[in-house]
Amino acid sequence: MVDAETDCLQVGPLGECMPTDVENWKSEVYGNEIREHLMEFAEEGWESIPEDEHDAWFERFKWWGLYHQRNGQESYFMMRIGTPNGVLKPGQTEVVAEIADEYARGPAQNPEFGDGYVDWTTRQSIQLHWIKLEDIPEIFDKLEANGLSTQQACGDSWRNIVGNPMAGKAPEFVDAWPVIKELNETFKGDDDHANLPRKWKVSVTGSPDGSGQGDINDLALEPAYKEIDGEEVRGFNVRVGGGLSRKEPRLARDIDVFVRPENAADVAGGISALFREHGDREDRYNARIKFLVDEWGTEKMRRVLQEEFVDFELESAGEDIREQYTYNAGGEEHGDLIGVHEQRDGNYYVGLNVLVGRMGADDTLELAAIAEKYGSGEVRISQRQNVMITDIPEAALDDLLDEPLLADYSPDPHPFMRGSVACTGTEFCSLSIVETKNRQVRYARWLKENVELPDGVADFHIHLSGCTASCAQPQIADISLRGMKTRKNGEPVEALDIGLGGGLGENPQFADWVGQRVPADEVPGAIENLLATFEANREGGETFREFIARHDEAELEAFIEPEETSYTDPYMHNTKMTWYPYAEEDGMDASPAPTDGEGNSIDATPADD
Amino acid sequence: MSVALRILDDGAWLSVNDQRRVSVSELWRVYAPEFCECALVDFIAEGFTNVSADGRDVAVTTYGQCIACGESGVPGRLPVGYIHKGEYRNYDRENIVMQPIGGRPGGNQQ
Repeated sequence: MVDAETDCLQVGPLGECMPTDVENWKSEVYGNEIREHLMEFAEEGWESIPEDEHDAWFERFKWWGLYHQRNGQESYFMMRIGTPNGVLKPGQTEVVAEIADEYARGPAQNPEFGDGYVDWTTRQSIQLHWIKLEDIPEIFDKLEANGLSTQQACGDSWRNIVGNPMAGKAPEFVDAWPVIKELNETFKGDDDHANLPRKWKVSVTGSPDGSGQGDINDLALEPAYKEIDGEEVRGFNVRVGGGLSRKEPRLARDIDVFVRPENAADVAGGISALFREHGDREDRYNARIKFLVDEWGTEKMRRVLQEEFVDFELESAGEDIREQYTYNAGGEEHGDLIGVHEQRDGNYYVGLNVLVGRMGADDTLELAAIAEKYGSGEVRISQRQNVMITDIPEAALDDLLDEPLLADYSPDPHPFMRGSVACTGTEFCSLSIVETKNRQVRYARWLKENVELPDGVADFHIHLSGCTASCAQPQIADISLRGMKTRKNGEPVEALDIGLGGGLGENPQFADWVGQRVPADEVPGAIENLLATFEANREGGETFREFIARHDEAELEAFIEPEETSYTDPYMHNTKMTWYPYAEEDGMDASPAPTDGEGNSIDATPADD
Repeated sequence: MSVALRILDDGAWLSVNDQRRVSVSELWRVYAPEFCECALVDFIAEGFTNVSADGRDVAVTTYGQCIACGESGVPGRLPVGYIHKGEYRNYDRENIVMQPIGGRPGGNQQ
C-alpha cells in the first residue's frame, strides 16, 4: 500500500506508519536461511522466482553477495566475494580467475576489458559480473571448497572488514590481522548480527600509516596506546559513524573508548548490537549509524554502549598516532603500497597498479601464477583497487619485476594511472548516472599523454563515482568526480561535478564541490587547466591539497575551466538508457535479458506504455 | 487489482509490480516556478524518496537538480505514470512537461 497524503513510506490500514517493505522482507526471511531458497531457485531456474516476489528475493540475495544487475540486464547478477582485509590466501586468486573465466561472461563485450574480468574493489573485495542464477551452486561450491565466501558481502549486516592489506606482514604499531580474523569469524553468519538496520562497514588498522581509511567507516578501530597500571598497552581507539554516501559525508567520530585487542570483538559486537537496536528501521535513508551519531552525539553513544551493550568498564581513549598517517595525506609520500616494500620478516611485497581495479581473467590467472612462483602464492587487495604480491625473497625480486604482466600492471606507474579509482558505473549499476570505468581509463591515458604534472607532484588522486553513493570514494581525492547530466548544444549529455582538495591523513578533509555539471568530454581539459593554475600560483613547495585549502570557494570555482581538447568521449549519450552501453545495438529493446541458464533469451517484456 | 509500488536500492528506481519502471538519471521538463527561476525546470532525477498513488497518477518524490541553473532539491511529487484498468503505464516522460502534484514539500532533502 502507498499513501498520497503522508511522507510515510508505508501506511497501514489505520493510517499508522509501517516498517518499510525491506524490513518486512527481512523479518520474514533473512540471513543464513536465504541460502536454502537461493539454491532452490538456482536449481529450478530463473523463471521459478515468482514474478511478484522479485523485489523481495533480490533484496535478500544481497546478503549472499548477489546484486541483481540493472535495468536491461535482468537475470544477471553481480557477485561480490568478501576477502577480509583483502587477503587472498595461496591458491585463492587462481580460483577467482577460473570462476571469472568460466562464469562471468555476458552477452556483450566491454571494449576496454573484453569479458570475463575481475574487479578489485575499494573495500578490498572482489566483484564479478554477468553471473547467472543457475550457476550459483557450482560457484559457491568452488569458492567454499577453497575458503572463499560471498556471505554478507552485500546487505544489511557486517560487510567485508577493511584495513591495511599488509596487516601481519608490514610494520605495524599493533597487530591487526588476528583482530580482523576474529571479527570476521565472529560476525559472519552470526544470527544476532545478521539483520541490522543497514550496512555495517568496519575498518581495523594496526599500521601507523592510516591506510585502513577508518575515517570513512561506520566503525573504525585505529592504532593507539594507553598507560594502564604503569604499563603501555597497545590497542585501538574507537571511532563511529563515518561514511560518504548521499551527499552526507561524515568522518567517523571519536567516542572516547580505547580497546585492547583481546576485547575488540566484545566492543565491536556491542556497537553493532547498539546499531541493531537503535538504528532507524523506518527510513532507510536515515538508517546508517552516522545519522544516529548526529542525533545522539558521541557522549550518548558511549554511555548507551557502556550501559546496555558491554559488560565491563570501558577505558577512555588512548593516545592515537594519527600524526604519523601518510596514506592519502596530501604530502609527497605515496602511502598507497604500490612498488617494492620490505616486510617485517625480511621478505618483500610488490604492489601492482590495476587501473580502475579491473583485471581480465587471463591476467588474474597469471597474477596467481606469479604469486605462486616468486612468493607464497598469497595476493592482497588494497582500498585503491590495486593488488600486492607478498612474501618474495629479495633474491627473486628482479625476476619478478621482469615478468611481462608487470608491463600492464606496473609497480611504478605514472601518477595519473596510479591515482585513478572508479566505481562500476552504468555498465551494471542501478544507482549510477554515468559511465565510469572506461571513461576513467580514457581520462588517465589522455592525461598521461598530454598533461605535465607540476614539479614534485608524484601522487595525484582522481576518483570517479557514478552517483552520490560514492563507491569510488570521490570525496577523499585530490580531484573528485561525480556523475551528473547537462545539456550541450541542446542535447542531454553525461557530465560530472568536480570537487577539489579531499584526502585523509591526520586531518582528513572532504572535497569541496566547486565545479558543477561539466560535460564529460571537457573534464580532462578542466583538469589540465587546473594543474596549470596550480603550477603558476603555488607558493614555494606547496602541495596541491595545501594550495586548494588556501583558496576560498569562489576562487576555486574560478579555477574550474572546462574545455574541449583532443580527448574524445564515446559515452556522452545517456548510457543508463541502454541495456549495455557498449553493445552495437544498445537500445533496451535489443537486450537479450532475461536469459535462462544457457544464456538464451526468455521473453518477459512488461506490458506497456 | 492492486498495484505494488516501491522505491528500492537507495532510491535508485521505482518498482511497479516487481519490475523496474523508472530509474534515476532521467531528464524531465517540469513546470515548477517555486523550484527555480527557469521557465521550465530542466530536472535530472538523482534519487527517489517516496512513491504515492494520487488518483490514477503514480508520483515519485524525487530529489535532483535543474541542470540549467543548478538549483537542487525536491520539486514535489512528480507523476511518472498512471494506473489504467489496474495496470501501470509509463507517461512519455521524455516528451511531456510534468507538474508537481501538490506543493513543494520542503527544501533540499538530500
